[in-house]
Amino acid sequence: METSAALAPVVRLAGAGRSFGAVRALAGVTLAVSPGECLALVGHNGAGKSTLVNIVTGVIEPSEGEVRYLAQGPRESGVRSVAQELSLAPNLTVAENLRVPQRDLRGLTWRRTARGRIRAALDEVFPGHGIDTESIVADLTLAERQMVEIAMAFATGGPAPRLVILDEPTSSLDASRAGQLLDHVRRFRSGGGAVIFISHILHEVFAVATRIVVMRDGGVVDDRPAAGFTRMGLVEAMGHVAREEARTARAAPGGAEVVSSPGGLRARAGEIVGLAGLAGHGQAEALARIYLDRTSDWRARGTVPAAFVAGDRARDGVMPLWSIARNTSLAALSLLRRAGLLDQGAEARLASEWRERIGIRTDDTRRPILSLSGGNQQKVLFARALATGAPLVLMDDPMRGVDVGTKAEVYEMIRVEAAAGRTFLWYSTEVEEMSLCDRVYVFRNGRVATELAGDEITEERMLAASFEMGEAAA
Amino acid sequence: MRRIDIRLLLPVLSLALLLGAVFWMQPRAMSYTGLNLLFNLAVPIALATIAQMLVIMVDDIDLSMGTFVGFCACVTATFLHDTPLLGALVLLAAVGAYAALGALIEMRQLPAIVVTLGMSFVWSGLAVLMLPAPGGASPGWITAVMKARPPLVPMAIVACVLLAVASHLLVTRSALGTLLRAVGGNARSVARSGWSVVGLKATAYGLAGAFGVLSGMALVGLTTSADANIALRYTLLSIAGVILGGGEFTGGRVSPVGAVIGALTLTLAASFLTFLHLSPDWQIGAQGVILILVLAARLLVRRRAAR
Amino acid sequence: MIGATFARPWFWAFAAAALALAATVVLTGSGGASGLLKATLTFASFSVLVGLGQMAVVTMGPGNVDLSIPAVMTLAGTLSLKLMDGVEGTEAWGLLVALGVGLGAGAMNYALILLLRIPPIIATLSASFVFQSVAIWSNRGLRIKPPDTLAAFSTGSTLWVPNLAWVSLGAALVFWVLIERSVYGRRLSALGQNLRAARLAGVPVEGVRAATYLLCAVMAALAGFLLSCFSGGAALNMGAEYLLMSIAVVVIGGSSIAGGNSNVPGIWGAAMFMFLIVSMLNSYGLGSGVRLIMTGVIIIAIVTAASGRRRAG
Repeated sequence: METSAALAPVVRLAGAGRSFGAVRALAGVTLAVSPGECLALVGHNGAGKSTLVNIVTGVIEPSEGEVRYLAQGPRESGVRSVAQELSLAPNLTVAENLRVPQRDLRGLTWRRTARGRIRAALDEVFPGHGIDTESIVADLTLAERQMVEIAMAFATGGPAPRLVILDEPTSSLDASRAGQLLDHVRRFRSGGGAVIFISHILHEVFAVATRIVVMRDGGVVDDRPAAGFTRMGLVEAMGHVAREEARTARAAPGGAEVVSSPGGLRARAGEIVGLAGLAGHGQAEALARIYLDRTSDWRARGTVPAAFVAGDRARDGVMPLWSIARNTSLAALSLLRRAGLLDQGAEARLASEWRERIGIRTDDTRRPILSLSGGNQQKVLFARALATGAPLVLMDDPMRGVDVGTKAEVYEMIRVEAAAGRTFLWYSTEVEEMSLCDRVYVFRNGRVATELAGDEITEERMLAASFEMGEAAA
Repeated sequence: MRRIDIRLLLPVLSLALLLGAVFWMQPRAMSYTGLNLLFNLAVPIALATIAQMLVIMVDDIDLSMGTFVGFCACVTATFLHDTPLLGALVLLAAVGAYAALGALIEMRQLPAIVVTLGMSFVWSGLAVLMLPAPGGASPGWITAVMKARPPLVPMAIVACVLLAVASHLLVTRSALGTLLRAVGGNARSVARSGWSVVGLKATAYGLAGAFGVLSGMALVGLTTSADANIALRYTLLSIAGVILGGGEFTGGRVSPVGAVIGALTLTLAASFLTFLHLSPDWQIGAQGVILILVLAARLLVRRRAAR
Repeated sequence: MIGATFARPWFWAFAAAALALAATVVLTGSGGASGLLKATLTFASFSVLVGLGQMAVVTMGPGNVDLSIPAVMTLAGTLSLKLMDGVEGTEAWGLLVALGVGLGAGAMNYALILLLRIPPIIATLSASFVFQSVAIWSNRGLRIKPPDTLAAFSTGSTLWVPNLAWVSLGAALVFWVLIERSVYGRRLSALGQNLRAARLAGVPVEGVRAATYLLCAVMAALAGFLLSCFSGGAALNMGAEYLLMSIAVVVIGGSSIAGGNSNVPGIWGAAMFMFLIVSMLNSYGLGSGVRLIMTGVIIIAIVTAASGRRRAG
């Protein structure tokens, strides 16, 4: 259990940090992972876990500080990782997929070698797995694919695995398979291997971790042996110091029901309903589904029934070739029609009106949208949704990476619009934003886990609902 | 394993069906000479289909296949016949050009459609420069190979079987082929494991060029002369062959054996249409209809397999 | 102001055209300049008409190309001429038939894309073979002449400018209004820049795509109709060179091949440039082979250069 002080760490970070433009994703982390350790990384959204892992695996370079390995680089030092997104080639068989990471598979007998290696790894990590190594990955279930990816990380071949990073590895596994994995992690650890383990299922964390590192807001806030934590204590450590702000009392909106989704989401006119929980647990999908159901692929009606504010600007929102004005008016085009053509005067008025109302920092809305800062681009996307006059506004974590001043302005805008009868469905990874909501649905594993209303909306309760506490919360 | 079997079912069934129909309409075709005549032109088409398959395997599409095969045919009928060494160098350079194209497309993330359409101009122009009018002559050794008469089984079939085996070994069984297919399946993963996707794509394109060269040579061996427009329909035919053989446009899922069978089927379909006394007016349209039918059938197969 | 002119993408297409014109005139003597310009305007008109339609399709983003343009041209020309049968007074019917062929072809293209989930290249390529066959079958070898009025119109000029050029200038103007000033044009550009974002902003993506493929086929049909009238009959290979021409004209004219950006004036500049290059090469005694190679190299060069610019932005 005690890491031998004489064993050299597989990877060592010294003051490593990383900024993306103005956003500091990771701030000066000093950390070392030695053989025999299982380091659990816990933290809420935006804590910096992914950035830290990306630096360790070498996917990104630190913009400050340094990272040093046992050997020359991560691959030579035996650093392997299992990420959340699929890294298998779905058109190849299980055994064939080994060819990609393992460069020594060559010659006439490479297939037999690959088959042997992956079979051995699967048998070791998941006994009784029942996976045919000659089956094509696309034909496997999600759970089987995850098992294969995990087994590949532990398989022999190339530089032996010394540090295996597991990021939410049991998300698709059932309880017995998860148990097998945890057993293997313990075996690997006692055999001298090192593991970095990221999971929101706290009982797993306590089952395998020798050391727990708590992250928050891009930095490490606690780093202790696992025995020094209790579950509730861990949840508290992830949250912020309780900010007892009096919740501004909002008159209970009593409007007609605007949203009633099969997943259990309900909203009335004038309500601000939040979707919370850890990122990637189904919130964005739920929002998109509600939006797509209300709008058509074929015809745009004269009035706009719902509007969507994207959080991933580049993927879902910004039209990169266009000006600010054009980006603002995109969703409201059906309102700007005159004699079959676009009323340019009305469009220009719309753009300048919303520039004022939402405070976009630019002197000319005809400038390209990419000339704006990220926060201001986000404001444009907001304006785009509000300008439609749609009674329902769906927001997919739009304030991510936006500066504090912009956020305050936008919150006020949302309050005002809601008071006027607009309904907001707001998915956010920031806990403070949820306190602005009338009700909050906390998502976990793709579904609504808990509904909190009014004074129940506290960070503590949301965190507790986001993490699986296990049999009994300690 | 199951999926591939289902996918091979379509080309095998269609080939069997067509063969049955042809023999029923023309019993004399069921002879050594008959089979040879029916499947003669299958060899260059099959080679072009494999070439196209190599490009489709890496998520692209080659719209210049027809003009490239025409170019290679012209080179074979002129340079390779008159000055073999120079001819060989030219063909080698053509393969190199294909590889360079693959690298360029990947490096600058260019749309393969437009680039290959542009290249089709270039190959066409080069072919016209060499042979403004049909002409040239086939090098003796190529004709000898193509017109050989092995016992029992016609040369066309032997050649196609050899091609199917060779391309299967190359694409499906070998380490390199598997890596290339991985590029089509998950290029980001391949890059993250430290491989050069540019180099791999260049390799895939280069191999495609090599098979294209072989196709042009085989074609000249059969027709004994060449002209710039001799293989224009090979573009659509090669794409149809890959798809009929169970390949997909994206995702790196291709079957070399299926592709060869697909090429055989399409060649047979052309002969079949003449047996039907289908007026030449409709020959061209029939090719389009065949491709549409193939794609519709494939959609149905996929839907059923998904259930 | 001068700087802004240089920055406009279509400027270079026109500059190149002017250069090619100058190079040809230098060789043939200034007397040929007027005739050359007229010929340029005439032949460029056809490229413009198909280029406008192709431009709209290409604007929808990578993977969207209409390869059925030559076949639609042929089919429209053949069927409309057959209907008119050289009789005066049937001109309107002929035009209607041609446009109807365009609508039908476009609908078939889109149906293949939507229902069979075929990539647009393959769908339009296979459909083109069917269209071509229908044209061949209906043609039956006889070369039907267009009515004299139409023949005179398509070969004649008004105010020194060839009538065909007036038609395609008008078409270009309509397209410009459509792309720049209509709701459809905005939605088209949005679709091409980011399909998912456009859908999430309420753009009816399937509706826009369908309309665009219909539009492209109609333009091809119109070009085929006019070309048959101009040539005195519908030949079965009349559309052959117009496929690559339509794409070349779009690329050289400055529209982005990655989608989202259409450049209408550039189409004109590029169309004239392409014709002048051919004339120049012909007058310098260089044959079709060189012309083909040059066209291909120019296309690839421009696409490569444009990709660099885009990624730097």
